[in-house]
Amino acid sequence: MKNWSIALVLACALPACVTINIYFPAAAAEKAADKIIDDVWQLKNGAEKPSANTVEPQ
Amino acid sequence: MKKMLFSLLLIGAMFASQIVVAAADLEVNTPAISAIKGSMQSRHAQLAPHYASGAVGLTNDGMVAVRDANAVPLKDRASLNGVVAAENADRTKLYKEIATANGHPEWQAEIQSTFATRWIDKAQGGWWVQGAGGWTKK
Repeated sequence: MKNWSIALVLACALPACVTINIYFPAAAAEKAADKIIDDVWQLKNGAEKPSANTVEPQ
Repeated sequence: MKKMLFSLLLIGAMFASQIVVAAADLEVNTPAISAIKGSMQSRHAQLAPHYASGAVGLTNDGMVAVRDANAVPLKDRASLNGVVAAENADRTKLYKEIATANGHPEWQAEIQSTFATRWIDKAQGGWWVQGAGGWTKK
């Protein structure tokens, strides 16, 4: 029974931690901005053709 | 013991989902975003000479603005204003679209301010950019 209550408390508390990650992902946004700006201003034309099908490295 | 194992598994799953959220990239490959990008890309040919002449500058809020209308002949000023307005409309749409494509419309302002910094960082030398103290030439 005690284990259950611990699990229950954690189950309630942990989604709160997940919620913190819903805050704005600044690094990912910067990466996305760079990609779009490079495409719009064609800054990396020589190296690689901008393509919508480019597979993103994980 | 079984319950203990279950709760550990539960905790593990929750941490795993956290890591996935933290590592995720922003989605920028939707058809709507590509369309806006394409329109901005073709407009850039028109805007680039104006960036270079200083007629148009990059603002600190991720937009473009007519900075020095005297840099273009009088007859071209109306079309210059049109291009700037169209570019700003596309930029607003772009920021909004990225926010909604990622399921967080409330991120629009933050996406815009991220872009503002990156546009200015990536601007070519000689272009005018807006800092805290006003316009400066890069």
